[in-house]
Amino acid sequence: MKRTEEKLIVDGKRLDGRKPDEIREIEMKVGVIPNANGSAYVRFGKTIVVAAVYGPRQLHPKHLQEPDRAILQVRYDMATFSVEERARPGPSRREIEISKVMRLALEPALFLENYPKTVVDVYAEVLQADGSTRVTSINAASLALADAGVPMRDLVVGLSGGKVDGILVLDLCGKEDNYSDADIPMAFLPRKKEITLLQMDGRLTPEEVKTIIKNVLKAGQDVYKEQVKALKNRYSE
Amino acid sequence: MRAEYILKLLENNERLDGRGMAEFRPINIETGVIERAEGSARVKMGRTDVLVGVKLDFGEPFPDVPNMGILRVEAEFTPLACSEFEPGPPGEDATELARVVDRGIRESESIDLEKLCIKEGEKVWAISVDVYVLNHDGNLIDASALGAIAALFNTRMLKVDKDGNLIRGEFSGNLPMKHKPITISVGKIAGKLLLDTTKEEEELLDCKLSVSVREDGKICAMQKSGGSTGLTEKEIDEIIDLAIEKSKEIRKLI
Repeated sequence: MKRTEEKLIVDGKRLDGRKPDEIREIEMKVGVIPNANGSAYVRFGKTIVVAAVYGPRQLHPKHLQEPDRAILQVRYDMATFSVEERARPGPSRREIEISKVMRLALEPALFLENYPKTVVDVYAEVLQADGSTRVTSINAASLALADAGVPMRDLVVGLSGGKVDGILVLDLCGKEDNYSDADIPMAFLPRKKEITLLQMDGRLTPEEVKTIIKNVLKAGQDVYKEQVKALKNRYSE
Repeated sequence: MRAEYILKLLENNERLDGRGMAEFRPINIETGVIERAEGSARVKMGRTDVLVGVKLDFGEPFPDVPNMGILRVEAEFTPLACSEFEPGPPGEDATELARVVDRGIRESESIDLEKLCIKEGEKVWAISVDVYVLNHDGNLIDASALGAIAALFNTRMLKVDKDGNLIRGEFSGNLPMKHKPITISVGKIAGKLLLDTTKEEEELLDCKLSVSVREDGKICAMQKSGGSTGLTEKEIDEIIDLAIEKSKEIRKLI
């Protein structure tokens, strides 16, 4: 576990001036990639992700096709320049895992059974990383899927919670992520409060875990509203 | 047919093999099974069979933690373990499993990595934990995590000669360990929560949540996986409580 002498929360204020339960400035835009069937740009503070959706479209090779439903393929990728030390291109073990949990986070929102033998491809590209990249990517993917007109039960909201300097916080930035006591990335379908992504690392009491989950579900409603606003903006243009 | 039968039994909280919902299959742990490895353990959980080996080497520390040893966990789903596994580099599931096992060990601070520094910023001990799945009958995460921690507790430090070279096959002392994390996965099938799922049960899985618990009751890692259905807050609370309870029982086996 990495440690830092630097205090991350001073007088109730975080490094970027936020209160513990405050989310960073959010920017969401839909329809940013003209070639894609759907796309979105999402920024949480300095974390920037662009996601694009292609499909439902024919799946090749054929043996991967499912006779009774579409398959969802998700690729989470970090741009080489998105982090301080240049990242190697190509999927790392971390990216392979995140791609999988993102897929599982998005699938419950989709009616894949409506599109047999096809594939829905979701590509999320992290352009700049400052913590909480997987949940930011989920917000971008959710918007891109909606923009593509893929039928959805609900949008998918991503938000992280955790514990920094002994205090429970929301939406960890990169430095907080690196030196946090714990980090819990989450995604959920806001209407039914169905949690579709849940990971955790660090050290927390069971009560702290439960409290963070509750806090993320509550604050996630604001992220949901931002997603709805971004979609409305697109179609009121 | 069997799937329908499993679901029907579950309605009454019953399982195909007669176990209770929170009951594990018989667990057998053997340590020191591979002489060439510095530490090893073979875990059988019912018909699931996992072998974990630990090898030590010298390595260069990561720049942000120059005074700590390095831990690396990898998993091989060998094609001998079941008909679905194919030869080739680790796929998505093996990668996820390795990373979940890694987080359980790393985040619980179970290895005293600071004691594995030889020269700050230059030379540290590098610990490689490799998980080989030999027979897959479900609950690979729990079996692998248990195998990994058992193997680490079984790991002996290699001797170093006066020029600083490793002497393979000669040992002095044990790997410095601080904590004994246990990972418990709780599956959800047709709305019911159950532990230690078999491969057959996992084909029906809505999803599962793996929770790593330390002996002081702290939770150190979680991972929702294994299916594309969500969980409610209430279910998660229940799973956390179940995992904490069960981890106490399983920890006694190491």
